[in-house]
Amino acid sequence: MSKAAVIDIASVSKIYGQTTAVNAISLKIPAGTYCCLLGPSGCGKTSTLRMIAGHEAISSGDIRLGNAVVTDLPPARRGTAMMFQSYALFPHLDLVDNVAFSLKMKGSPKDERRARALEMLKLMQMDAYATRRPAQLSGGQQQRVALARALITDPEALLLDEPLSALDPFLKVRMRAELKKLQKSLGITFVHVTHSQEEAMALADLIVVMNNGRIEQAAIPRTVFERPATAFVARFMGDHNVVSGRVTECRDGLVSVEVAQGGRFKGVGAGEETGALADLAIRIDHVRIGEPAEPGLGFTGTVQNIEYRGASVKLSVAGAGLDEFTAILSDKHFFAHPVSVGDAVPLCWEPADSILLGRLDS
Amino acid sequence: MSIAFDQPALSALSKAPSNPLRGRARSLASYLQAAPLALILGFFLLLPLVMIVVVSFWDYDFAQMYPDFVTFNYSETLTSWVTWKTYLNTLKYAALVWILTTTIGFTVAYFLAFHIRTTAMQTVLFLVCTVPFLTSNIIRMISWIPVLGRNGLINSSLIESGLVASPVEWLLYSDFAVVLAMVHLYTLFMVTPIFNTLMRIDRALIEAARDAGASGPQILWNVVLPLAKPGIAIGTIFVVTLVMADFSTVQVMSGGQSASVALMMKNQMSLLQYPAAAANAVVLLLLVLVMVGALLRIVDIRKEL
Repeated sequence: MSKAAVIDIASVSKIYGQTTAVNAISLKIPAGTYCCLLGPSGCGKTSTLRMIAGHEAISSGDIRLGNAVVTDLPPARRGTAMMFQSYALFPHLDLVDNVAFSLKMKGSPKDERRARALEMLKLMQMDAYATRRPAQLSGGQQQRVALARALITDPEALLLDEPLSALDPFLKVRMRAELKKLQKSLGITFVHVTHSQEEAMALADLIVVMNNGRIEQAAIPRTVFERPATAFVARFMGDHNVVSGRVTECRDGLVSVEVAQGGRFKGVGAGEETGALADLAIRIDHVRIGEPAEPGLGFTGTVQNIEYRGASVKLSVAGAGLDEFTAILSDKHFFAHPVSVGDAVPLCWEPADSILLGRLDS
Repeated sequence: MSIAFDQPALSALSKAPSNPLRGRARSLASYLQAAPLALILGFFLLLPLVMIVVVSFWDYDFAQMYPDFVTFNYSETLTSWVTWKTYLNTLKYAALVWILTTTIGFTVAYFLAFHIRTTAMQTVLFLVCTVPFLTSNIIRMISWIPVLGRNGLINSSLIESGLVASPVEWLLYSDFAVVLAMVHLYTLFMVTPIFNTLMRIDRALIEAARDAGASGPQILWNVVLPLAKPGIAIGTIFVVTLVMADFSTVQVMSGGQSASVALMMKNQMSLLQYPAAAANAVVLLLLVLVMVGALLRIVDIRKEL
C-alpha cells in the first residue's frame, strides 16, 4: 500500500480577481512526510491545499506529484484524495455506500465494491456501523468514515483540510494521535491544513508557516520552534518575544538593536547594516528574574499582569520601550522571589536565547 | 459563593409551577393563541368538508335536494364508464404535466442554484420566473389562443414559410393544448421547492464527489438528484393536486372536447345535481389523498418543512 509521492510546488500563484491569495510559493514535500500548512485564516493555506487537490485552478506555476505534472489534471486523476473540513459525507447514503462511492463511479461491480468498503471500514473500526447514515454518527466517527472514503482510492497523498476543527478539545487530541499513527502505518504523504500551532507541532515532520499568501518558513518543528525565521513566525508560534528596532552595532557575532525611545538589546546574528530595521526573538521560557550579566541581555520593567498556570507563572512586563514582554517562569523560581503587579523587576537572559530574525524581501 | 448565587434562581424556578392560578392562566393563554387558526380551519376547511360528505348521501331531483341517507350517488358515479374514462383522462393529464414540469422545473432550479453565482442575480432571475403570475390564470390561458389557433401565429408562419399546406389542427383545442397550458401555469410550483432544496445542498458534497472521480452526469444522478427528492416531492404534491382539480384549463384549451373530473363536477352542479357532485368530490379527494400519502411514504419531506 505504500507508494508515497513527492509533492513539488513550483512558484504557484492563485489570484482571485484583484487579490492574490497565494503568491508564487515554492515548496518540496518529500515522499511519506506528514506536512502541516500552518497560518492564520486568509493566509492562503487552504487555497494551496485545494490547488494540490485540483479543486482550485492554478493561476500560474506548476505542481508535480511524483514524476507527473498534475497542474491541469482533474482531482481524481492526480493520485490525491481529499478529506473535507466538514467531512462532506453523503447524507443520503449509508456508510458502506459512502466509502464505496469512488469505486461505484469507476464502475466496479456492486459486491466487490461493497466488500472493499467494508474492509476499509473495518480498518477504521467502523464496520459495526456499516448500515448507518452519517447523521447518526458522532464527529469522531464521521471523521473515520471520511478517512476511509478518502483512503479507498489508494492515494499517494492524502490532503486534509482542517480535519480536527469540528471536534471537541478532548477528541481533538485523540484523533490527532490516530492520524499520526495512520500516516506512519500507511507511509503515504499527508498534507494537513491547520491554524493551531499545537496541532502542527504534535503532528508534523515538516511545518510550513504561511502568511499573506507566502511561505514564511518551512522546516522541521524543532527548527520552527527554536529558530523562527521571521518576526511573523516568532509571534505566531507564540514562544518568543519579538523586539523590533534599528541596528546600532554588529560585532563578535552579536547584533545590537535599539528600540525606538527605549533600550538596547543584543542578539545572536551577523551581517546587518547599521541603521537597518531588525527584529530580535527572545525565548519567553528562558527569561529569568535577575540582573543581566552584560547590558543588552535584560531590562527592568513594571509587571502588568501575572497569570498562574500551575507548573509555571506567566509575567507580562512593560519597560525599555516594550509594551508587552512575556516571561514564563517555573513555579519554583517564581515563588522563591515572588513579585506582584506594579512592581519593578529586573529580567535577564543568556546571549543564546536572543536571536536575530530574518525579513522576507517584499 | 456559587451556592449563594444559584439559590434565588432555583427557588424562582420551583415556585412557578407550584402556583395553581398562574398555571391555569398560562394554559388558557395557549388555547387562546391556538384559537384563531383553529377557528379558520374549522369554518373554512373542516365544516365545508363535512357538509360535502353529508350532502353526498342526500337524495335529489331536478329542483331540490332531500336530506336522506342513500348511497346511489356513489354507486352511480363508480359504475358509470364515463366516470372511469374521465378519471383516466385526468390521471393522464396529471402524469404528462408532472413529467414535463419536473423536467423543466428541475432544469431551471438547477441552473439557478448551481450556475448563477451571485445571490442578487439568483433573486432577479427567480423574480423573472414569477412575472407570468402578475396576470390571472384565465388571461395566461387565453393568450395561447392567438398563438395556437387555426390562423394563429404558429400556423400562419408555418404556412407562409411553406412547411405545411394547411393549418395544423392539433395545436389548439386538443390534449396538446391542455397539457401545454397546464405546464405553463404550474411549472413555477415545481421550480420553487426544488430550488429551495438545491440551495441547501452543501457544495463540499459536489467537490467530494468530484474528488472521488465522479463525472458531471454521475454527480447529478448520484448526489444532486437524490438530495433534491424532498423538493421534487413537494412540487409533485402542488402540481398533481392542481391538475387533478383543474376544470377551467381543460374547458378552455380543449374547446369542450376533453373532460376532467373537476369539469364533470362543474357540469353536475350547473344541472343542480349537487349530491352527485359531492359524491364525486369525495371520491376525488380520497384518490388525491391516497396519491399524496403514497408519495410521502416514499420520500421523507419533513426536513424541508
